[in-house]
Amino acid sequence: MTKQTPTPTISSESNQRAVTTSGLGYQWPHSNVALQFPDITLKRGEHLFIKGPSGSGKSTLLSLLAGMLRPTSGTVSLLGEDITPFTNGQRDRFRADHMGVIFQQFNLVPYLTALGNVTLPCRLSTKRHQLAKPEPSQEAEELLAELAIPHSHWHQPVTRLSVGQQQRVAAARALIGHPELILADEPTSALDTDNRDRFIELLLTLAQRAGSSVIFVSHDQSLATHFDHELFLEAHP
Amino acid sequence: MKARLALSLAWASLWHRRRVLALVTLTLTLSVTLLLGVQYLRTEVRQSFTNTISGTDLIVGARSGQLNLLLYTVFHIGDATNNIRWSTYQGLTGDSRIDWTVPLSLGDSYRGHRVVGTDSGFIDHFRYGRDQALKLSNGQWFDDVFDVVLGADVARKNDHALGDKLILSHGGGRTSFSNHKDTPFTVTGILAPTGTPVDQAVYISLEGMEAMHIGWESGVAIPGRTVSPAQARERNLTPDAITAALVGIERKVMTFQVQRQINESRVEPLSAVLPGVALSELWRIMGQFERALLGITGFVVVISLIGLVAVLLTLQAQRSREIAILRATGASPGLVAALHVIECLFLAAIACLLALLLGSGGLTLLAPWLLEQYGIQINLRPLAAPEWIILGSVPVTAAVVGLIPALQSWRQSRRQGLSHNSGE
Repeated sequence: MTKQTPTPTISSESNQRAVTTSGLGYQWPHSNVALQFPDITLKRGEHLFIKGPSGSGKSTLLSLLAGMLRPTSGTVSLLGEDITPFTNGQRDRFRADHMGVIFQQFNLVPYLTALGNVTLPCRLSTKRHQLAKPEPSQEAEELLAELAIPHSHWHQPVTRLSVGQQQRVAAARALIGHPELILADEPTSALDTDNRDRFIELLLTLAQRAGSSVIFVSHDQSLATHFDHELFLEAHP
Repeated sequence: MKARLALSLAWASLWHRRRVLALVTLTLTLSVTLLLGVQYLRTEVRQSFTNTISGTDLIVGARSGQLNLLLYTVFHIGDATNNIRWSTYQGLTGDSRIDWTVPLSLGDSYRGHRVVGTDSGFIDHFRYGRDQALKLSNGQWFDDVFDVVLGADVARKNDHALGDKLILSHGGGRTSFSNHKDTPFTVTGILAPTGTPVDQAVYISLEGMEAMHIGWESGVAIPGRTVSPAQARERNLTPDAITAALVGIERKVMTFQVQRQINESRVEPLSAVLPGVALSELWRIMGQFERALLGITGFVVVISLIGLVAVLLTLQAQRSREIAILRATGASPGLVAALHVIECLFLAAIACLLALLLGSGGLTLLAPWLLEQYGIQINLRPLAAPEWIILGSVPVTAAVVGLIPALQSWRQSRRQGLSHNSGE
């Protein structure tokens, strides 16, 4: 189902690209290891699986793509725009407008309800507020229903949710307002096999519908079957 | 939109951590109350002090320090070292430069309240506050030898009404065992409240004072020597001596001249003091103490603010995940920093508000007791400029204090990647 991607015809070639990186490198402060990443080209609406052992720089790559870190070398282009020269503020805004992020665990703001967590991106970005149809709260409710979060939990503090439910709420937050990119950093590592497969199915189905590209990082090779493309990062010495 | 988001997030976050923060807010509230209270009482007490006497140009008594003289004549604290002879007082009355004199004869008490022997000059000439005259709320000033006029508090506390018979006690003190049983006094008037020590005393005529002491020359009643009121009226009740006198000078420029002359009197050793000067000397002594108190209270506030930072920095460690989530969702470090500052400001504002409530509530409860015990009148009034400054400086300081965790999380979020919360 997710193997074939109906690519919409977009006039400009670069506009069709969700992600393009070239010669991307990063060196953490106080570290001797300079990480070097292979070039990535990903069309819009397509999904990428990034696999690699611990220490291969998976999370660093994701941070570079998210604009949380500025690369020491190379460039990152997202949606046809080179974000490398962006100021910190511009990158923050770009992330708010165009990206959804799912973490491994502890994805939710503890003092907001499930719905409050899901609608958070719409409060940080006018663009996503406008794209969430008809209203952020309604789209959030639809997403929560589709992700099988019981109605009774929507207005509850998120601390009462199970880990699986928390990850699904995080997926809803990443999906709301149809961002072009969804970055997922090992979001299934805390889930059992059943939950894990169900989570990926749902995430990819909904991302497909929203026209979002998912970049999914994991060390679990068995997940690769769900994705169009895969990238292997080698461990650094 | 961002401001609203920041406010609602800050509020939700505060509510989430309400248990820990309630304690911090309580500490801050108490210290702000203390600081504000001390500053407030300082001005009020000072006002109350300077209000106790006005319009009197000189207080004359036996030779002593000006503070002592002021304390026992006006504040009814302490005792006179000696008396003034009646003839000397007569001499003052006859002085052409002197407009009026009010004799004061002290030494007895009624249920812990001073008995003041005086004459009608007291109600005519005594002034307090901004030149306010004494008024009777009930009845009239004493006329007869055995009439007594009560200060407002004396009447209120003992539930006295006009016509009540009072037995006065010999000597001071709350419980005296030697009472002037043979010479009861009748209440003829009750003074309106003044908020000064006047409210705490009872007033009788000099003749009454003399009459009840017939047969008491040795300090205790000698059986057979005391007299009934009717017998007393037969006697010559002109006193031999009085304790002190309040003096009004006709032309104020003469005040110093009269003062010097009294101080250098060869008839007997006398002291004449200017009430204003004595009051400010009294205040200077009290002032040292109250400034030290204010300083200490300032430190208490600083300490509780440090406590606030300590708690916030501890919470900071727990918050790194939540901040990573906000950052990943696109919140700028500025917004994250604003959250910290807003939270601090909010806590400080709550503390200030609570401090105001606590302070005004406390004062309302405490004021009657202060007036009763110390004759200090504390009024609830709108805050003055220095108090607003103190109150306003608390949120400002709290915001500055909030900048510490705010800057820390700013720096951290600029350095950290996405994966901060995955525990790597």
